[in-house]
Amino acid sequence: MNRRDSLKALGLAAAGGALLLDGCGPQTKAGKETAKLADKLPGVQDWEHARNGKLAGEKFFTDHELTAIGVLADIIIPADGVSGSATDAGVPAFIEFMVKDIPAYQTPMRGGLKWLDVQCQRRYGKAFADCGESQQLELVNEIAYPAKAKPEMGQGVAFFNLMRNLTASGFFTSEMGVKDIGYVGNRPGVWDGVPQDVLEAHGFKDAWG
Amino acid sequence: MISYQIKENPEVYDAVVVGSGAGGGMAGYVLANAGLKVLMLEAGPFFDPAKDTLQLRWPWESPRRGASTVRPFGDFDAAYGGWELDGEPYTRAAGTEFEWFRARMLGGRTNHWGRISLRMGPDDFKPTDGITDSWPIMYDEVKPYYDRVDRMIGIYGTVEGIHNEPDGIFLKPPKPRLNELYIRRGAQKAGVPVIAGRGSVLTEALPGVEGRGTCFYCGQCGRACRVYGDFSSSSCLVIPAMKTGNLTVIDNAMVREVLTNDEGLATGVSYVSTTDLQEHTVRGKLVILGASACESARLLLNSRSAAHPGGLGNSSGLVGRYLHDSTGASAGGFLPQLLDRKRYNEDGVGSVHIYSPWWGDNSKLNFPRGYHIEYGGGMHMPSYGFMDWVPHVNHLVPTKDGAQREQGGYGVSLKEDYRRFYGASVGMAGRGTALARYDNYCEIDPSRVDKYGIPVLRFHYKWADEEVEQARHMQETFREILHEMGAVVASSMPGPETKYGLEAPGKIIHEGGTTRMGDDPKKSVLNKWSQAHDCRNLFVVDAGPFVQQGDKNLTWTILALSMRTAEYILEQRNKLNI
Repeated sequence: MNRRDSLKALGLAAAGGALLLDGCGPQTKAGKETAKLADKLPGVQDWEHARNGKLAGEKFFTDHELTAIGVLADIIIPADGVSGSATDAGVPAFIEFMVKDIPAYQTPMRGGLKWLDVQCQRRYGKAFADCGESQQLELVNEIAYPAKAKPEMGQGVAFFNLMRNLTASGFFTSEMGVKDIGYVGNRPGVWDGVPQDVLEAHGFKDAWG
Repeated sequence: MISYQIKENPEVYDAVVVGSGAGGGMAGYVLANAGLKVLMLEAGPFFDPAKDTLQLRWPWESPRRGASTVRPFGDFDAAYGGWELDGEPYTRAAGTEFEWFRARMLGGRTNHWGRISLRMGPDDFKPTDGITDSWPIMYDEVKPYYDRVDRMIGIYGTVEGIHNEPDGIFLKPPKPRLNELYIRRGAQKAGVPVIAGRGSVLTEALPGVEGRGTCFYCGQCGRACRVYGDFSSSSCLVIPAMKTGNLTVIDNAMVREVLTNDEGLATGVSYVSTTDLQEHTVRGKLVILGASACESARLLLNSRSAAHPGGLGNSSGLVGRYLHDSTGASAGGFLPQLLDRKRYNEDGVGSVHIYSPWWGDNSKLNFPRGYHIEYGGGMHMPSYGFMDWVPHVNHLVPTKDGAQREQGGYGVSLKEDYRRFYGASVGMAGRGTALARYDNYCEIDPSRVDKYGIPVLRFHYKWADEEVEQARHMQETFREILHEMGAVVASSMPGPETKYGLEAPGKIIHEGGTTRMGDDPKKSVLNKWSQAHDCRNLFVVDAGPFVQQGDKNLTWTILALSMRTAEYILEQRNKLNI
């Protein structure tokens, strides 16, 4: 079989080359950010699918906690000229799934959110999610920069590191995030080495350097 | 209701093959094509990459976005299995370590492996270091089989003429990615050669081979390939062998023991069906074990009889001994030259585009043998955790507008940092020769069974100075290469407290040596044809027969040796010797 036959086997040969690439790209459609758990993909084992369904059916975070997660996620990844925000990409639901999938995250996340609320209560007399934006950012500024954070904010720094990683994972693995980061693979094509203009820009004389 | 009666299959097969990975698959393929009636038993479910792959799925199609919670290499990886299997434990002697990876599925670990396909060389079969053991066969005896595996299965690479890195019959190699050009330049400055990778991926049509597609460059070989564009035992050997009508596969069949008669010859195997726990026996004129080095050793040790009181084929007491994995250590950083890089599709192939064959002069080193280096990095498909490193390093290089970041951060500037650093990472990993030692071994744990009631393995494995010194050399080399290519390395070099980042034995998933071959029945389990000294109709075709692996990944040698053993079997049958 040649490459054309490979594409035929993939059910893609009817389309021309250019069409093919478009046809396989991410379709940007609202509401498709979260995988439909009801659909078992071929190759996923029954027990794996059952586990996913079970976790999806459980609820870990309270509504109060999820609200705070949404606020934090959008502070970490806000909308800008390129793409939407973390909550636009469904990040809170992703984090809800992940803490059930990796239970070791549960205490650091729940405790971290509580730590944040206690800090806000002391300073502003309100829970984090109920504070104004400037109050929220004032606190975030004290935990978002590990190298300059005060030692007594260490627990907050650790929580924010975890929250930041989960947010970035959730955002950049969503359809919106994949498009934002500019990943253009995961489709049939031909790899013929680094494009000529890139080779030149980086000072390599040919595809083998 | 489970019947406690053992179901006996009335058919006597010409051969019963245990395991469907590279070794079992090749043996089954050769014998079935020669007209033998072959029964293959696989402990896991049937798996056909054409239907069961997760290739071309997007990260959001996994609720954990590809995290490794359920599968050790992530949700989209093809391996059903891992280092820990529910209900199938193993133990380790105090003060020793071993991690045992098992894939329970048709094709075994060949469904998800890296497709890096290196031949062992003349000095790997007949070492010149005075320390490691010789094989009873030479490279020249194996070369014709390597050649035939190349032609039959397909491999890309370049002819280099390096003495201990024998060339094959190569398809065209994929060209390097941008980060790999920088790696190559840096490595050359550090005195480390870099050549085109060697992988079993069809970068062009393979002459004379039907039913397999050529690579369409999604870089996802590890998910298993829908068009059979790479080597998996399932797609290239077992499924084609089934089409001859001579190979029958029973899946979900966990083999309990090899059955023998009063003369000590193998008569078949007993197995338990993992789906309904029914016990079965099947009969065969020959038994061929390709269950993986440790699983085959376990089977032999669990097959005790009056004729084989210490376990089948174990009169030497060496079954399970000389267990050895590859060494492994890694390092990485990022390339400032690749910040804010232009986006394009550089998925390439799912095996290596470049690698460094061993180049060292051992007379100047404090360890024998050596390692090769595999390289990574680039603009990969996003997956869980892939950007975690960015907030740790975003302060190290100013933005293109000259702005200086604080480490960490949030908001629009952090979002830009993720974009800025995407695709700028580089990584490298050494894979080297670990010594096959008598004192590193697996045996039957005297007090534990798995959920099928089968006694489990207990491992005894310790690294020694030879491996630790090699890991130190790897780390020093990695630092030099990273430095020479201008990479920024944010982490400090691992020191002696972590054995220089040397991975635990078993983590590289290259274990072999447990049924070593040799000419002396007192010093080996198998003869040079991988036939048991103690039982002439019993063969082992996984990595168990390896006397001492080189730094070369095992699979291509498993395939060549299994083909050689299968043809020996045909020849011996014709001579009525077995």
